[in-house]
Amino acid sequence: MTKAILSGNEAIARGFLEAGGKVAAAYPGTPSTEVLEILSREKQIHAEWSTNEKVALEVAIGGSLAGVRALACMKHVGVNVAADPLMTIAYTGVNAGLVLMAADDPGMFSSQNEQDTRHYARMAKIPCIEPADSGEAKAFVRAAFELSESYDTPVILRTTTRVSHCKSVVETAEPVAVKDRDLANNVPKYVMLPANAKKRHLLVEERTSNLRDWAEATELNVVQQGTTDVGFIANGVAYQYVREAFPDAAVLKLGVTWPLPEKKIKAFAATVKKLAIVEELDGFVEEQVKAMGVTVHYGKAHFPPCGELTSRLIHESVTGKPLVCKAPVPGLIMRPPTFCPGCSHRGLYTVIAKLKLFVSGDIGCYTLGALPPFSSMHTCICMGASISAAHGMARGLALKGVTQKPVAVIGDSTFLHSGITGLIDMVYNGGDALVVIMNNDTTGMTGGQEHPGTGRRAGGADAPKLSIEKLCQVIGAKRVREIDAYNLKDLEKIMKEELAAPGPSVLVSNQPCVLRYKVAKKALGVDRKTCVGCKACLKAGCIALSFVAEGKTGYAEIDPLLCNGCGVCAQLCATKSIVEPK
Amino acid sequence: MNVFNILIAGVGGQGVLLTSKIIAEAALLAGLDVKQSEVHGMAQRGGSVLSQVRFGDKVFSPIVNEGEADLLIGFEPLETARYLHFLRDGARVIYNTRPIGTIGVSIGKETYPADIHETIKQHAPAAQAFDATAAAVTVGEKRAVNLVLLGAALRHLPIDPAVVEQAITNSVPKKTLEINRKAFFAGKAQA
Ligand SMILES: Cc1ncc(C[n+]2csc(CCOP(=O)(O)OP(=O)(O)O)c2C)c(N)n1
Repeated sequence: MTKAILSGNEAIARGFLEAGGKVAAAYPGTPSTEVLEILSREKQIHAEWSTNEKVALEVAIGGSLAGVRALACMKHVGVNVAADPLMTIAYTGVNAGLVLMAADDPGMFSSQNEQDTRHYARMAKIPCIEPADSGEAKAFVRAAFELSESYDTPVILRTTTRVSHCKSVVETAEPVAVKDRDLANNVPKYVMLPANAKKRHLLVEERTSNLRDWAEATELNVVQQGTTDVGFIANGVAYQYVREAFPDAAVLKLGVTWPLPEKKIKAFAATVKKLAIVEELDGFVEEQVKAMGVTVHYGKAHFPPCGELTSRLIHESVTGKPLVCKAPVPGLIMRPPTFCPGCSHRGLYTVIAKLKLFVSGDIGCYTLGALPPFSSMHTCICMGASISAAHGMARGLALKGVTQKPVAVIGDSTFLHSGITGLIDMVYNGGDALVVIMNNDTTGMTGGQEHPGTGRRAGGADAPKLSIEKLCQVIGAKRVREIDAYNLKDLEKIMKEELAAPGPSVLVSNQPCVLRYKVAKKALGVDRKTCVGCKACLKAGCIALSFVAEGKTGYAEIDPLLCNGCGVCAQLCATKSIVEPK
Repeated sequence: MNVFNILIAGVGGQGVLLTSKIIAEAALLAGLDVKQSEVHGMAQRGGSVLSQVRFGDKVFSPIVNEGEADLLIGFEPLETARYLHFLRDGARVIYNTRPIGTIGVSIGKETYPADIHETIKQHAPAAQAFDATAAAVTVGEKRAVNLVLLGAALRHLPIDPAVVEQAITNSVPKKTLEINRKAFFAGKAQA
């Protein structure tokens, strides 16, 4: 046994290996991504980047049916994509253990919403367990597999950003030997025709009742004795905040947030004068505890459902005494994320902003095109929505008699995740939008993972390389053209042509992600003798550029440590003052 | 040992996370309980990045509250200023004087605060500042700002320097060890 500092995600990967897991599938999504990245280095298991979360869960289901322990990992919104198989695997149950790791993102560090995965557990009627640090994350993976197999149920292992990405001390152990099971061959159990499903539903209800008994007895829910003026019920990282704020208080730490241990909760509530339920996001536990007839003195009325909690906020809410502390330095400018210097997305948005196009956006690095100076994305909902929404928009506008071809902007990974179905739909239904696929040969926003278009699998092994252009052609798109997003003049010409052409058009840019592929071009510089200080280059929206208000007109400057030599700003310069330094 | 709280602030891509990883590893080697937190994803695309390390006999929360930080290591002046209210009275600050513009500055919509160093001085009179970027460039690796700053912060860390050196060896890829150690000692010489 050795001690190591692991993030929650590293600990989950480790826990999977120690629990004898064999099949792992995931689609990248912050804060869940590292689990599969780590597992993909292991040769003795199958670990894959799946095309999307539904596929990932189905691959894991297949692994479980084959008789080996299987894991699917995704961020919270990924569970929406995987919800279809999830709701029915809840009926069939598993063969070998099956765990769905879902990572929520309170505070939305990298997400489009703050949904609370625990509702899925209740809806599917499957257990939800929640570690509070890395040590628990590892241990809970093992517990989840045992639970899954003992109760014939998939199990949700829910983390949040602070559990997934915080590091703490973990004791590692040797893997256990688990016996693989036979391939599941049991038609009434695994084929969900209505007649079979009706019988399974009865068993689901019976299982829930058994799981309630299990929740009362499991060591995952623990009472920690302490002062009883206010007693706390808490789960996940909120437990750590409670301990930090009230080190001596009595706490019922819930490792299982569905189903809840009703007897244990009532007994705990009876020992404390006032009860506080501290949970991030929704009052999921609180609502259920109230429905048990237990009085909750401190709950969502005190600990907001939006954003993260902090130990300070919990302390202040319970004591009613605000801690005095300094105010932030006022008036500091913000530092939002932005395209990397050299990123091909910059060229595209420079042209789109110039042409003032209406953009149906999607999720990826290119979503940053919504921010100044481009301000050129007008809707962004979920992965894959850009093309289908643009198609509906085009139809809606046409019915209103407006001639305007909306533009969908989508990345390669997102296109293969769920954009492709939108494009098939648009082509099939005679749509009329311009689709721009920014193929940078990686899943950029989440840190550069492989996908079917990169020609490599998770872990780096060679794979057949999917051609996005050919795929678009084969589904019936007639106008498919390659673009060079760094060549502003040509790009503008092509976009104008395609906007004027009737029917769907697809433009594909094939420039590699500069971050992932470490593209390092020579930095450019500004010739001060010819720069007239017109600021046209600043429209490239690049942090390598700045304006120095000196002399009569001022001049632009390029930071050689940041510039990646892409030349987009140089093309915006009327006096050709941005050049390679001699 | 009481919990010691460190904030490490910078800009995505500067290598903030490696510095906090090494400190956390050093705390582990020193036999302490430790928690470290960081944010991945969106925030790394040139945005503000904050990493937090807490170590001591027993650490619960991975997050440092306002008014509790013992040490702030700033990779960039504006990002240093952003977290000054997290410092307790008498806390230490060490920061890189080299500014990095924001996208708002680059597009001419905002100006980088000209008085940033005075602002920091005002809130943290004992703050120590030097051009860590220049030091990294001198060493021969512009990306080694993180190790330069770690070296400069060393004397404020309640951990044996030899243990920190061991943590560096454990944490950086073998082929970059030498340059990272050089950067570390260059930083140490600054303090
Ligand atoms: C359903 C769902 N799964 C995963 C994510 C996380 N996510 C955000 S952007 C992105 C990938 C973007 O890759 P790509 O489309 O290739 O664009 P790039 O960032 O490379 O420009 C992912 C996986 C998400 N937001 N929603």
